[in-house]
Amino acid sequence: MIPSWLPFFEWCEATGLGQLVRTSTWLFPVIESVHLLGLCALGGTVLIVDLRMLGAGLTKQPLDALAAAVHPWLKASVALMVSTGFLLFMSEAVKCFHNPSFWVKMATLPLAILFTFTVRKRVAARPGLDTSLLTRVTATASLLLWFTVAAAGRWIGFSS
Amino acid sequence: MSIRAVLEWLAATQWSVALHESLYVWPFLESIHVLCLTLFVGTAVMLDLRLLGVAMTHVPASAFTRRLLPWTRAGFAIMAVTGVLLFTATPLTYYHSLFFRIKLILLAVAGFNVWFFHARTHHRIGDWDSAVRPPTAARVAAVVSLVAWAGVVIAGRLVAYNWFECDLQPQPAFVNWAESCILPPP
Repeated sequence: MIPSWLPFFEWCEATGLGQLVRTSTWLFPVIESVHLLGLCALGGTVLIVDLRMLGAGLTKQPLDALAAAVHPWLKASVALMVSTGFLLFMSEAVKCFHNPSFWVKMATLPLAILFTFTVRKRVAARPGLDTSLLTRVTATASLLLWFTVAAAGRWIGFSS
Repeated sequence: MSIRAVLEWLAATQWSVALHESLYVWPFLESIHVLCLTLFVGTAVMLDLRLLGVAMTHVPASAFTRRLLPWTRAGFAIMAVTGVLLFTATPLTYYHSLFFRIKLILLAVAGFNVWFFHARTHHRIGDWDSAVRPPTAARVAAVVSLVAWAGVVIAGRLVAYNWFECDLQPQPAFVNWAESCILPPP
């Protein structure tokens, strides 16, 4: 039999951190709210550049300058999402283990982060008013990846 | 006819009951509502950061209000439509919810701020379009926007929690008053 990851998830939930968030009345909702504010910030920072790459939104702005200006805010948004998401996960790790949406999110989230900070970062470093096919395909892939992460994340709360 | 009487009627309609009891339609609408935060609040935050002079200062402020605001408006329209539909599923629950009432008040504050910015501050944008640090009025509008919309998001999320529900008595007198709870005679 393939060893299950379940003991690890049980351990996560049993840690002091997991129990702290789990047993508190306010902590989970407060962290969840911050997670949602992070979603707004991440959505804005991703969309403003992806729209530009698709030839929409701030179309008159050189891509490299816009992407570079947004990048620190993108990094901060991802950091906020991952850290609050980690705390939420620790408090209900066993529920997550049995939740298909959680696994969809865990499969697509590393992909989205990796793609954003490698391929998309390089393509978004193109100067001028570039909206070549490669640029548009990259933006579409970015939107699809992040949409899947977000939709699966929301669905974790429904599919239990 | 009181607001509550209208909502009682609404809650008894076939539409409301069907939506309330649906297995997938409600979660689907709720998901659209939440995911559209990225489009609506996300793009609004980008404008606010520019107005504050803390991000994308090389981009003229008018590029945001002309080119990005249509996306913000589209996001708001989807959020408003899905929000109203979600409200019709359990109107009485929302009517008596403290967090929902806070959300409505903050929505009014945020809405007034949008109106004030566009009516007063925005039409002089030509004077400060490329300024790294826009004038005080624009920066105040950005701060009010960030705080009010964040408050709307947080209050909206907390609507799901029943800590202050009228049915869960005893509640503090202030809560019963703020939610218009109908209490049984003592």
